[in-house]
Parts: sequence; structure tokens; C-alpha cells
Amino acid sequence: MSSRERILGRVRRALADVRGDDTPYEQAVPREYLREHGDRSVEQTVELLAENLADYRAIVHRCTAPELPAVIARLLAERGSASVLVPPGLDEGRLAATDVPRIADRAESTPEELDRVGSVVTACAVAVAETGTLVLDAAPDQGRRRITLVPDHHICVVRVPDQVVSSVPQALERLDPARPLTWISGPSATSDIELDRVEGVHGPRTLEVVLVSAG
Amino acid sequence: MSGSESGNESGNGTGTGTFVGMPAFPRAAHDAVNDQTLRGNLRHATHTIRAKRAKAVAEVSDWAALRDAGKRIKDHTLRHLDRYLEQLEESVTAAGGTVHWAADADEANRIVAQLVKETGESEVVKVKSMATQEIGLNEALLAEGIHAYETDLAELIVQLGKDRPSHILVPAIHRNRSEIRDIFRSEMGSWGRPAPEGLTDTPAELAEAARLHLREKFLRAKVGVSGANFMVAETGTLVVVESEGNGRMCLTLPETLISVVGIEKIVPTWRDLEVFLQTLPRSSTAERMNPYTSMWTGTTDEDGPRAFHLVLLDNGRTDTLADEVGRQALRCIRCSACLNVCPVYERAGGHAYGSVYPGPIGAILSPQLRGTQSEIDASLPYASSLCGACYEVCPVAIDIPEVLVHLRERVVEGGEVIRQGNKVVLRPAKGHAAERAAMRAARWAFTHPAALRTGQRLASRTRRLQPRTLPGPGRAWSGTRDLPALPKEPFRDWWQRTRTRGGSKEGSK
Ligand code: SF4
Repeated sequence: MSSRERILGRVRRALADVRGDDTPYEQAVPREYLREHGDRSVEQTVELLAENLADYRAIVHRCTAPELPAVIARLLAERGSASVLVPPGLDEGRLAATDVPRIADRAESTPEELDRVGSVVTACAVAVAETGTLVLDAAPDQGRRRITLVPDHHICVVRVPDQVVSSVPQALERLDPARPLTWISGPSATSDIELDRVEGVHGPRTLEVVLVSAG
Repeated sequence: MSGSESGNESGNGTGTGTFVGMPAFPRAAHDAVNDQTLRGNLRHATHTIRAKRAKAVAEVSDWAALRDAGKRIKDHTLRHLDRYLEQLEESVTAAGGTVHWAADADEANRIVAQLVKETGESEVVKVKSMATQEIGLNEALLAEGIHAYETDLAELIVQLGKDRPSHILVPAIHRNRSEIRDIFRSEMGSWGRPAPEGLTDTPAELAEAARLHLREKFLRAKVGVSGANFMVAETGTLVVVESEGNGRMCLTLPETLISVVGIEKIVPTWRDLEVFLQTLPRSSTAERMNPYTSMWTGTTDEDGPRAFHLVLLDNGRTDTLADEVGRQALRCIRCSACLNVCPVYERAGGHAYGSVYPGPIGAILSPQLRGTQSEIDASLPYASSLCGACYEVCPVAIDIPEVLVHLRERVVEGGEVIRQGNKVVLRPAKGHAAERAAMRAARWAFTHPAALRTGQRLASRTRRLQPRTLPGPGRAWSGTRDLPALPKEPFRDWWQRTRTRGGSKEGSK
């Protein structure tokens, strides 16, 4: 007998007392929890996102679409980055105001090459206000998962208000499970040493979020 | 005590035995209670997390409804586990992954070792996983000439210190910063990049030393090994929740990813994640959301590993499922909230439980996964004051006190249980280890006023679960419990030790 058959057989025997239970999933799990906590205007939801991002030590900037290239140029300059990783589908115009050399997100780049890059600029798929979370789904404007992991400085651009949802349930509704997803809430952090929070053990130590309105 | 790298697990054939040379709970707890440094570290840690958690939970007005939904989702899944396992296998396979089934620890270890060998590699990077620790994977791989590097900061501290984890979430909670610095200084060099010159004990410097040491490993790693917090049957998606980014490193940089996951970690649908992604972080690290959550479904072209293997692990879980009272332990999402509120854990520390699952959940899960034949497993159901705090914080509402009482009865009265899929009849424990264990556990717990205070609540709480006095060791327990008077001598000793000399030490942390 294969282990598969053995394990499934054990499961079925173990459940002898519940074999007659045909309660469908929908009835077994009533969902009385909220779809959203609180009653906020769109503007307040964006405000909450900004607050919660900052609370988990992301650095938050706000600007209008026409101002975005200048903001990104400034952030790269302040950081002193010698190079910037750019996912293939990121709107070229966003980097129009900087001459920091671009590095393409390519399948054949080695992790060592990524490690030498100063900053990475990406878009996101959705942002969750109640938790201060950015979700990346590896779409062309966000690139492979590793490009937002290995470099030490991540600049993430969020279109507000259309990419912002209030809650985790609302975020899951918008996401496609077939894509690889990375949920990011603040920079990498550890509390393993006497529970003192330290930013950046492995992932980027600096996360800058630019909330862009149509303006 | 510090076991050698390969000596952490006893070779009892299943690889899931108690830690070698591990004394049974009351004895181990007694030693731990006398260790001032350990107690100071633990107290600081559990109290800090506890207070933060209460705040994080209070932010969510529908907590009770989320908790109820979490409980029901998990219960429903367990009640139809065969169906969901088959569905999961199908969806993972359709997404480009390969599914393996492992009935016990040995089989899981063999599968993983074989998969690693097929890649031609002799090193793997690992993201913290209780399942792989439960099966003693690192030791098994080492026996095959494969080095497994733990990459979670705390796991690194534990691995370098030739030590064992003592907490689900903060495995090195028993180590303070100067101990960590000493371990880094003396051990990092023999594993890879040495600690920087003049390393101090500030957490930021220690974290930086770990970053440099581990980055070297991540960047060259070809094989990653992980566990998972959730597996979605409907979509085949696996979910890993973490803070540091070492999880993302292990999940995305290597060419081959092997995930070893207990069969109970399934949720039926994508939507179910909305419950656990709200309750797990708040219960666990007391955050609105943990810094990183990774979700992947099979393999993706040119992004992340090209090969993905999922090893579905039984190793006592189906035996646990067969116990109508005890099976609720399989709802556990390993948030560790129950550890942080447990007065017994706070004093005794995680090592006293002699298993990878410490604290209240360990006290009910380990004896079910492993059976209650050994002295430590027979004593674990007594490693509690039955105060009920663990039940109150548990985000999936596992009634830990109920299972504890149930397991005590089983130890004392014997009866039918399922071991490795077969019915066996346990003889009533008599004479003997369990009774001694119970007596000592009771005496020990009752030299502790907080345990007693909360313990008094248990009288009303558990009365509906059990006769007023338990048979055998239980009688010793309930007898002691009903006595209002404390044993004077031990209590005074305890007070002296912890509130006068020890008290100032704890206060300065
Ligand atoms: S038993 Fe409950 S509280 Fe304890 S670790 Fe598991 S889920 Fe968390």
C-alpha cells in the first residue's frame, strides 16, 4: 500500500464518527465577521493606509501623478543609490527625472547581481489600509518576487485611491491566487533579540511608499 | 543541557521521540524555575507579547466572530480531511508542483533527502518550520551528508548555540543579548562568515551580523526547505507568514523548493485566508499584519523555484484525528498566544516540555502525536494549572483544559487509542511515573501564587468537565487544589528567591 493510501485510509477510519456529517461548507462556516472595520470615506481610508504604513516604519510620501517623477528622483538621490532595478512593465515616465543607471529585471540575473543594486522601484497590486499592507502580485510593473527582496531600498508606488482597499477580505477578493503574491507590511523586521524590534534582517531595511493621486 | 547537533532527537525509530536525556516535565520545570536568567528572559518576553497582543486584538471589533469562523473552518476541514487532501493534491499538481505523502518522520526525511540528492546539492537553506523540527529533518539530512542551514534569526541563534528552540514564535526567547553575542562570536566562523570584529550586544549589531552571515548562504543556495502556515485545497496555494524576509529568500531564490507540511494545515478555500490573515498576526506577534506573507501556487515561469515539492506529513496526526476530544488540537495555527499567557510556561520555559511544541498546545499535542508511553509524555497533561487562559486567547478556540483533563484520564485509566493507524489498548498507569509526575507538578505549580490565583478559577471551569475529584494522580491534583493553604516552606522560598534578589534583576530588564 502506498503511503498516500495508508494516510487517506487512516483519515477515513479516524473520522468514522463523523461519516454521516454532510453539512456543506457554506453552512459549516457562517461568516459573521465584518468585511470592513469602521465606516470611512475614501479619503479617510487612504489616510488610514498612510498612518498604518508609517506605524510599521515605512516612510510615506504623498504626491500627484505629475509630481511623481520628481519625487522618485529625489528619493533615489537622497539614498545615494548608484543603480536602480526596474521591472519591465513599470511606466518609463516615472523614472524620467532621474539619471541613476537602470538595471533590468531579468530571469538570468544572479542573486549576487541583485545584491549590488542600490534601490528598486515597483508598483503594487493592492494596498490594505487597516493593516498597512502592500500586496505585490508579480505583474510586469512589479517584477519578479526577488527584486523587492534582495536590494536594501524599496520604493513602492501606490495609486490612490483606486488601488487601496480597507481590509484583508477586500484585498483577497481582488487578488488572483494563481499569481505569486507577496504581502509587505513595513520593512523587514525581527524581534528575536529580547523582543527589541530591529529593521531589516534579510529583506530591504528601508521601505518608502509613494501614494500617488491623479492630481 | 545542550545536545549535540545530531543528538537532539532520540533514535526511537520514528524520529519523534523526546529530546535525548530530557527529564520529564516536573523535573525539567523544577530546574528551569531555578534558572534566574532563563526566568528573567521568559518573563520579560511573555509579558511584553501578552500586553501587545491584547491591544492588537482590541483593535478588531469582530474578534469573536473571526475566532468562531476560524474554529469552524478548521473543524469542517478536519471532518472532511480526506476530501480536502485529495483536492489539494490535485490543485498543487495542476499548478506544476509534485506531491509526496509521508506516513511518519522517517519517511518524510527519506523523501526530502532523496529530493535534495537528486539536485546534486549538499546544502539547503531552511525557513523556520515546526514540522521539519518535529521530524528531526536537519539531523536526518546531516546523516546523509546534507547540511541544513536555519535562516530565521532566532533559529540561527539556536542552531549556532547547539541548543533547542523553546518557543514557537521566538525560539531563542531563553537567550539574552549578551549570550547571543557570545554565541555569534564563538560559532559563526565555523559555519560560514564569522561575526564582525568587536561585535557588541546591541540588537541592531547582532541583526546585522546575522544578515551578513546568512546572506552569503542565501545567495548561493540551490535548494530551499520550508513548512507552511496554510495550504488552500481549492487553489493549491501555500502560505508562509514571517517577519524577517528569510522566508522569502528561501522560497524564491533557490531553484528547488521542498515544503514539508502537516496534513492538518489545509483550509478549503482561498477566501478562508481572510480569517486567518486577520487572527494569526494579531495573536502571534501582536501586529496588525506581519511584515511578509508569501503565497505561491505550484511554480511560476521565471519567477522563483523551477521545481516545487510538497511533502504531506502524517506522523501521528491521523491518530490525533481519531480521538474525538483530542482532535481539536489539530486546529492549532501555531500562533503561540497560549504560551505567552501560561503561568506554567512562563516559569518553566519551553525546554521543560521536551518536545518541539511547548506550552499549553505542546502539553496536548505532543502526547497525542507521540503517545503517552514515555514518562515525559505521560506527565505533559499535568504541565498546566488548568486556569483556562490558553483557551481564552486561542484564535481557533481550542479548549486546551478540556483536552488536558481528557488526556489525564487516559493516562490514569488507560483505554483504547489509535497508534499509527492501529487500535492499541493503554494499560492504566499505576504506581508510578504518572502519579509521581502529577504530585510533583501540583506541588510545583502551587508554590506559585499567580498559578494558584488563576488556578482557583479552574475549579468552577472544569467542574462541568470532570468529576469533582479525579482518579489516580488526578485525585492528588484536585485534592491539592481544593486545599486553601499553601505549603509554607516552598512558598516562602519561592518568594525570597524571585521577589527579593531575583526581583531586582528582572526589573532591570
Ligand atoms: S493552541 Fe491556539 S493559542 Fe496555542 S498556538 Fe495553537 S492556535 Fe495559538
